[in-house]
Amino acid sequence: MTAPLIEMRGIHRTYVMGDNLVHALRGVDLVIEQGASIAIMGQSGSGKSTMMNIMGCLDQPSQGTYSLNGKDVSRLSRPQLADVRGKMIGFVFQSFNLLSRTTALENVEMPLMYQGISSRDRHRRAMRALERVNLADRADHHSNQLSGGQQQRVAIARALVGEAPIIMADEPTGNLDTRTSYEVMAILQGLVDQGITVVLVTHEPDIAAYARRVIKLSDGLIVDDKTQEPVRAHLQQAAAS
Amino acid sequence: MSVWTTLKLAFRALWRNKVRSTLTMLGIIFGIGTVIAMIASGQGAREAVADVFRSMGTNLLIVTNGSVSTGGAAGGQGSRYSLTWTDLEALENGEVPTVRWVTPVLQSKVQVASEDANWNTTVLGVNPAYFLIKSWAAKEGTLFDDEAAKTGPKVAVIGQTVATQLYGTASPIGQPIRINGQPYEVIALLETKGQSGMGQDQDDTVIVPLKTYLQKMDRGIGKYISKGQLFVSVGNETEIEHAETQLTSLLRARHNLGPNDDDDFRIRNLAEYAMSQEKSTERISTLLAIVAAMSLIVGGIGVMNIMLVSVIERTREIGIRMAVGAKPTDVMTQFLVESLVLAAVGGVLGLGFGALLAKYMASYYGWKLFFPAATAAIAFGVAGGVGVVFGLYPAIRASRLDPITALRYET
Repeated sequence: MTAPLIEMRGIHRTYVMGDNLVHALRGVDLVIEQGASIAIMGQSGSGKSTMMNIMGCLDQPSQGTYSLNGKDVSRLSRPQLADVRGKMIGFVFQSFNLLSRTTALENVEMPLMYQGISSRDRHRRAMRALERVNLADRADHHSNQLSGGQQQRVAIARALVGEAPIIMADEPTGNLDTRTSYEVMAILQGLVDQGITVVLVTHEPDIAAYARRVIKLSDGLIVDDKTQEPVRAHLQQAAAS
Repeated sequence: MSVWTTLKLAFRALWRNKVRSTLTMLGIIFGIGTVIAMIASGQGAREAVADVFRSMGTNLLIVTNGSVSTGGAAGGQGSRYSLTWTDLEALENGEVPTVRWVTPVLQSKVQVASEDANWNTTVLGVNPAYFLIKSWAAKEGTLFDDEAAKTGPKVAVIGQTVATQLYGTASPIGQPIRINGQPYEVIALLETKGQSGMGQDQDDTVIVPLKTYLQKMDRGIGKYISKGQLFVSVGNETEIEHAETQLTSLLRARHNLGPNDDDDFRIRNLAEYAMSQEKSTERISTLLAIVAAMSLIVGGIGVMNIMLVSVIERTREIGIRMAVGAKPTDVMTQFLVESLVLAAVGGVLGLGFGALLAKYMASYYGWKLFFPAATAAIAFGVAGGVGVVFGLYPAIRASRLDPITALRYET
């Protein structure tokens, strides 16, 4: 049996905030198989951001083990973590987080720079990633010349370009209107269909409805873990137009 | 990340803030420019001073009469006659082997006149060796020779200043000149020498053969070389001090001085003067170079300042880059290369600026232009060093940012 893509065992994370010790996570166990569509839900302060940071290798657990693709990444150094992020994880943020005054293509190329990929290959792969989000015709536009939905699609292309098996989307539709949200969610669901593991982090039940599995966090613990038939975004999109 | 990509990123980041980058670069430009200009012109000034002393005579020792003291009052240099004509002969006969040329230099202030002008100047009575010692050639005419120095013809060699005063722009060769009322013939005009290291106009002079001088101007006092000095030229620069010692002991022996007696003559070493002059020039140029280096440091601090601001402004960008896989070293390199590019471009422009400044100063002060390639290489290296040293701290700060905090940073 091959190891699961994500395996968290007894994850604790504590912060020192002033004089207080904050327990953001207090013993989380979670296994996610490759190709899963999963939403992590919870109110602010529930620990879902911490969960995402650890899962995305931006942070490390204070206690417990986190294995990514069978490899323990919970005790890696900062450069090693950066390497794992570059190869395994693509991020999609609420505020898009594109570089300003930089073209869509260059934004998408950026992760490849840190993997030492040649300029020609970067260009080719970035163009292909933009095609996957239907934005090849906007490659030369600067990010501030794009609409919110387009910017988020550029961000998805950037997450895709490194062929990472996991995409972590933190409130990906938080800054978008309903119609654009359908569009973005349809793309993310399309990626699941292609075998990519998509982790949605959200506090909105409407967004969680797009995932097949929904996990609820409260006070740093998983309080609910259920499987559902996801809402299909492309159908909503078609109905709305 | 490849070197080329890194450089491209740095240039682009700097280009985005053109005004800021230019202003920051100005600090480096002025810093490097002044360092270059100060080094180049310092060298030029030193050479100019050395040239002046070279014009006064090569490897020259000047021997003068000592001082007499009467009832406790010292009479001053030359007040006591001690150098004799036989001392001169001894030197001419090679009793100090390191001495190459020697000549007495007798001098007095006299009135000289052409047919329609007159002038007060210094007349020197010398042997032809004088011209060798001062490496002074005739611009026009022929200098007198050893024969003339012995027979004492009434001929005169004149300097440019005297020639201009007496004859204007006309050629003085073959013209009559009256010295102290006596008629002479001008046989040669000397090359222009300019000011001596002591500030005298060396061209304001009339030179006659020694014998002539003794017969017509000043007979002197018997066996003593009274109102004059001996110019002694040493064959080799490195032998000057040795020659001075030998000369001292020869003269002491000839003057029958006991071990406890003071010297009754004085030897001045022109090389020492030249050295002290060069030293003071060097001190000043060192001081200027230090001031210039200070301005370079200030320029470097400007780079550091702007890089720190840049790191803060781009905190979010740093967070994004880290999230997509940039290692701390990648981020550090990015910022370090930016400050390096800033300093290097500033260095190149500063080099040009410094070269122009040095050229201007050289032409203004009439120095030779010194612009050694080594200086340029050093300046460029220093600029790079400034970029690294002052860029390192901001770059390290950038690389230590926590990606989560950086991503959440609001500008």
